[in-house]
Amino acid sequence: MLIIDNLHAAVADKPILKGLSLTINAGEIHAIMGPNGAGKSTLGYVLGGRPGYEVTGGTVTFQGQDLLAHEPHERAAMGLFLGFQYPVEIPGVSFVQFLRESLNAQRRSRGEEPLSGGEFLKLAREKAALLKLDMDMLKRPVNVGFSGGEKKRAEMVQMGILDPTLAILDETDSGLDIDALRIVGDGINAVMRRADKAVLLITHYQRLLDYVKPDFVHVLAGGRIVRTGGPELALELEERGYEDVAA
Amino acid sequence: MTGNLAVLPTRSEEDFRYADLAALAPLWPVTEQRIVVPAGETGSVTVIHSGSDALVRDIAIDLGAGAQFSLYVLSAGEASGRIAVRVILQAGAQFHLGAAQLAGGDATAEIVTRVVHAAPGAVSRQVVRSVAAGRGTVNYLGKVLVEKGADGTDGAQSVRAMLLDRTATANARPELEIHADDVKCAHGCAVGELDAGALFYMAQRGLPPEIAKRLMLQAFVAEALAGAQNEAVLQDQARAALEALL
Repeated sequence: MLIIDNLHAAVADKPILKGLSLTINAGEIHAIMGPNGAGKSTLGYVLGGRPGYEVTGGTVTFQGQDLLAHEPHERAAMGLFLGFQYPVEIPGVSFVQFLRESLNAQRRSRGEEPLSGGEFLKLAREKAALLKLDMDMLKRPVNVGFSGGEKKRAEMVQMGILDPTLAILDETDSGLDIDALRIVGDGINAVMRRADKAVLLITHYQRLLDYVKPDFVHVLAGGRIVRTGGPELALELEERGYEDVAA
Repeated sequence: MTGNLAVLPTRSEEDFRYADLAALAPLWPVTEQRIVVPAGETGSVTVIHSGSDALVRDIAIDLGAGAQFSLYVLSAGEASGRIAVRVILQAGAQFHLGAAQLAGGDATAEIVTRVVHAAPGAVSRQVVRSVAAGRGTVNYLGKVLVEKGADGTDGAQSVRAMLLDRTATANARPELEIHADDVKCAHGCAVGELDAGALFYMAQRGLPPEIAKRLMLQAFVAEALAGAQNEAVLQDQARAALEALL
């Protein structure tokens, strides 16, 4: 589904990713762990196409297509979802309006019929219930006045509504209390654990992986993947720290 | 700013520094529109500038003790427009200005305010949201004057402008002059472009840049017109005017 080959990327001319390679197949859940500054968030932004994150080498193939040749909104329509570590507040634009426009833009570019207002609300209600987010919150401006945990849950509701093929979730577990962590974990499993989908979890901590069991765990350090293993690698990292394991 | 000006001032006059004098000249001199709201009463006026003619308005508002008045402005003419407002607030009076200015082509849209807190405990709010495209110019020159003895004044100016093109211009000059004690006056002023982080966030959810930009600008302009009596109609007109700039 996703093949990253020898990816190099720079931010403000500073090299961050230095030859990262990773293959994710349909049906798999991968976790990338690593110390601060390793390039975890940069990887997410580069795959999402954020301006200012310059690819200086390597290739990324998503669903058989050159991902890097597409604009961010085209990547979304191709089925890529990036869950933000810090979801952005957009005053004056309601979640409902924003998500309906987003979903319908994606559908149109895939040659599908847009959803009507009623159809969209039904879908939104269903996904909000799944993540135990009050539907009234989706009538409010995007992320404005939301707590850190609510923002993360709202990210997962958006993922549920947009129904991506590949979700890259950047520290979705940060800012969540234990109950919210379980709800979000269950939400990720419900939406994404399917034979035709895949997930890349970017996280510092093992705790989310108790709820969303990864098939592979990678350690990212110095802009490259330095170790790959199964779920046991996350436990080892938790016990021994990055420095020891990545060395 | 003095009362009726018989002769069109020059740009050396502070309040006319950024004005489109060529557009104002044929409409000069302008007759002052006087609004008096007696003590305890309320009132509201909406000024809309649209179409291809230039517009000049000069409005003087006297608010008695405890009077409340709101002025909403949608300035979206194809030609230049200038709206000058002078307000005097007596004790406990409340004044609200909500103004949206949209200027494209070579037009200059400007609002010039002078809000005088003449007695204690009055409240003034000015919310101005401006969008300029092409070689358009948007101006806000606003002064809040708190006179001696007008203790407990609460005055706020929130002024923001968005530039859609590098050739567009925004001038903002919020001013405060305070001669009283225990006064709460806030002014915020920002000129900028749309938040790149928000645009990327919206794009990542699948919104093409032109739709993301449009949603953000609609929300930006709508903020100024929130609470107007005829808000739905006004917001529709503002959206249509914005559409013409995009």
